[in-house]
Amino acid sequence: MGKSLLVLTFVVALGSSLARAQQTGACSNCDQGDSRVKAIAEEFAADIHAQNAMSCNVCHAGGGRGTEANRISAIPRERIPELCGSCHADADRIKKFNPALHTDQLAQYRTSVHGIKFANGDTKAAVCTDCHGVHRMRPASDPGSSVHPLNVAATCQRCHSDAEYMKPYHVATDQYAGYSDSVHHEAMVAGGDLSAPTCTTCHGSHGAVPPGVKSVASVCGTCHVLQARYFEESPHKHIFAMMNIASCVTCHSSHRIKHPDDTFVGTGPKAVCGNCHTPDEPAGETANGIHRRFQRLEADMAGAKSLLDRAEHSGMDVSEAQLELDQAGDALTKARVTLHTATLSRVTEDVNVGAGIVAKAHQAGEAALRERGRRRKSVLIPLIAIVALLVSLGAYLREIERGQLTTTGAKR
Amino acid sequence: MKTAALIWTWIEERFDVGELIAPLRSKTVPRHRFSIWYLLGGITLFLFFVQVLTGLLLLLYYRPSTQEAYESVQYITTRVQFGWLVRSVHFWSANLMIFMAVAHMFSVVLLRAYRKPRELTWVSGMLLLFLALGFGFSGYLLPWNTLSFFATKVASEVAGQVPLVGHALLVFMRGGEDVGGATLARFFSLHVVVLPALAATLLMLHLWLVQKFGMSVPPSVESHWTEVPEVRQEVRFFPDFLLRDLMAWCVILAALLVLAAALPAELGHKADPFAPTPFGIKPEWYFLAQFQTLRLLPAKIFGIEGELIGVFGFGLAGALWLALPFLEGRLGRNGSRWVRAAALLGMVYLGSLTLYAYFAK
Repeated sequence: MGKSLLVLTFVVALGSSLARAQQTGACSNCDQGDSRVKAIAEEFAADIHAQNAMSCNVCHAGGGRGTEANRISAIPRERIPELCGSCHADADRIKKFNPALHTDQLAQYRTSVHGIKFANGDTKAAVCTDCHGVHRMRPASDPGSSVHPLNVAATCQRCHSDAEYMKPYHVATDQYAGYSDSVHHEAMVAGGDLSAPTCTTCHGSHGAVPPGVKSVASVCGTCHVLQARYFEESPHKHIFAMMNIASCVTCHSSHRIKHPDDTFVGTGPKAVCGNCHTPDEPAGETANGIHRRFQRLEADMAGAKSLLDRAEHSGMDVSEAQLELDQAGDALTKARVTLHTATLSRVTEDVNVGAGIVAKAHQAGEAALRERGRRRKSVLIPLIAIVALLVSLGAYLREIERGQLTTTGAKR
Repeated sequence: MKTAALIWTWIEERFDVGELIAPLRSKTVPRHRFSIWYLLGGITLFLFFVQVLTGLLLLLYYRPSTQEAYESVQYITTRVQFGWLVRSVHFWSANLMIFMAVAHMFSVVLLRAYRKPRELTWVSGMLLLFLALGFGFSGYLLPWNTLSFFATKVASEVAGQVPLVGHALLVFMRGGEDVGGATLARFFSLHVVVLPALAATLLMLHLWLVQKFGMSVPPSVESHWTEVPEVRQEVRFFPDFLLRDLMAWCVILAALLVLAAALPAELGHKADPFAPTPFGIKPEWYFLAQFQTLRLLPAKIFGIEGELIGVFGFGLAGALWLALPFLEGRLGRNGSRWVRAAALLGMVYLGSLTLYAYFAK
């Protein structure tokens, strides 16, 4: 019985292996197919679908051996979304392969700018294969995939940076250039932070649309929660809504988002507040007031740090004060976030927390340096005693050596 | 005064100390234009005693574990009365001791004091210098701060380059694959038990040999004295030479106090074994020349790892230098000139590479 089971298992395993080999390798093994088909079939071997035991004829229905191979032809572009959706919108079918995979891509695509244009007969609009590739599709988690977070921007820019291709749509083509120069791109590429935003984070992937004026704050607020909340509480919210201007991007721009520093605030040459406000009006004064508070706290922190460093290099233990000073940095960061309320009193509240910590650190640094001074003075007395001993020894030596030269020329 | 005299008489009646120190009273020390160099050995010895004394005081509070080492040094520096002074004097006397020992070694070479019959005095002195470097290396890790942790890590990696036994040596040094609690424990025992025991033994031998053979007179002075015996000068060891020694020790002690007060030993930040190695990490100054040499060597020399050749080269140079008195005769008539040239070259090499490494980024 046991032996029969073993043989049966072997036969089933061999059969399934052969069947799999036949499915994935049929086109490449076919001696009557042309070389292009063979090349595609070989490329397809690395495709996620091939790795899930699907063969060419799942998409290219009608394929077969021999002369029937000629029936395999390119899938018409207008059929692609529906063809992909025939599996990917079928929850029953997809869950057999990956229960965690969403099945709303086609539905989302239909709501996207791409999908709407495509439905209206614009076949230049992106379809599934434009982003995911054709015969070498990989899961988005695979760094080799065209839709892996590191590659998404490069994939989108293939169309969106092509001025000729985008001409009929009258949209800008500098998004990729802007994004490449942004703090988000830096975090993603230089920082290796795959959770940093790329095109699809803000625009959506399958349901890609440009965020409207009203939804920009919601999009940015997905990550920048506090900033968005404070903006909602600020006087800017109603004014921006009245003027029909987008919230975050008005100050931070949309794609070329730079790391903001304190020169951003106020009415100075680099300050964005100055785009709408003059230094003389109350809002301009508030902006400049916030700017001055940031600068003062930053300068005080640098001063305290330098003082503590000096004390540390003098052998004093100021580690506790150094740790506390880091909290002043946290308070400054918080104040920079509170800035989005555009309310001087609230920003001042946070700045004052930092200023209090800095004052304590400064006191600790000064106390350490005073202690250093005391230590230095404390060695003066032994030092004087040593010098006195040295002089006495020298005098004594001179005395005992005086007149000791013997007649042989040697000293006794 | 009367009490002191009474005490002295009491001791003298029982132990006959006068007879014990009688040889010191009759002992003389040559006096010539190079006599000043005789002080270097005594200064090194004085600094060793300062090390022992301050080390014992530090031992009262120091705790050799990764959880407590840094904190105990922090406690010594901040809470213990004059703990900062004791630690800083220990730190500076360690550095000065190595500097003086190296200076003493070069003065012995340039004055040819290693020649017959003082070969073993040279060998014991060189071994003491190696021990001093061992003291410096093992003591550097004990505060368990970032610099000391990573410097030990890098240095033990270099030791791991030694052919055949490199990995075993690395594991032996670290007490495992990584620098950790086991490394600290063995460096501590090395620093306060093994090395002091070896150093005390060798020191006694070295001092006995110095007493036995007396101070060496440089050949040029000796030949001059032979030609003109009237110019020969000697001073009594006790009290004349000893007073000079005492004066030198006073100067060194004052320098130690000034250095400890003006530039106290830093505490740094507690070592974090999971942190990346800080950029530009360097060993203590007395290993900088070797460190820079290894950095300058190409990755491969004749197909062999550059670092391996460097480590082998240091070992060979050290061994040859140790055997100097026995090798000089084999170099022919100009042996002493070759040795002097090698010493000068060695000084230029050590000085320039140390400065280069110190200022290099």
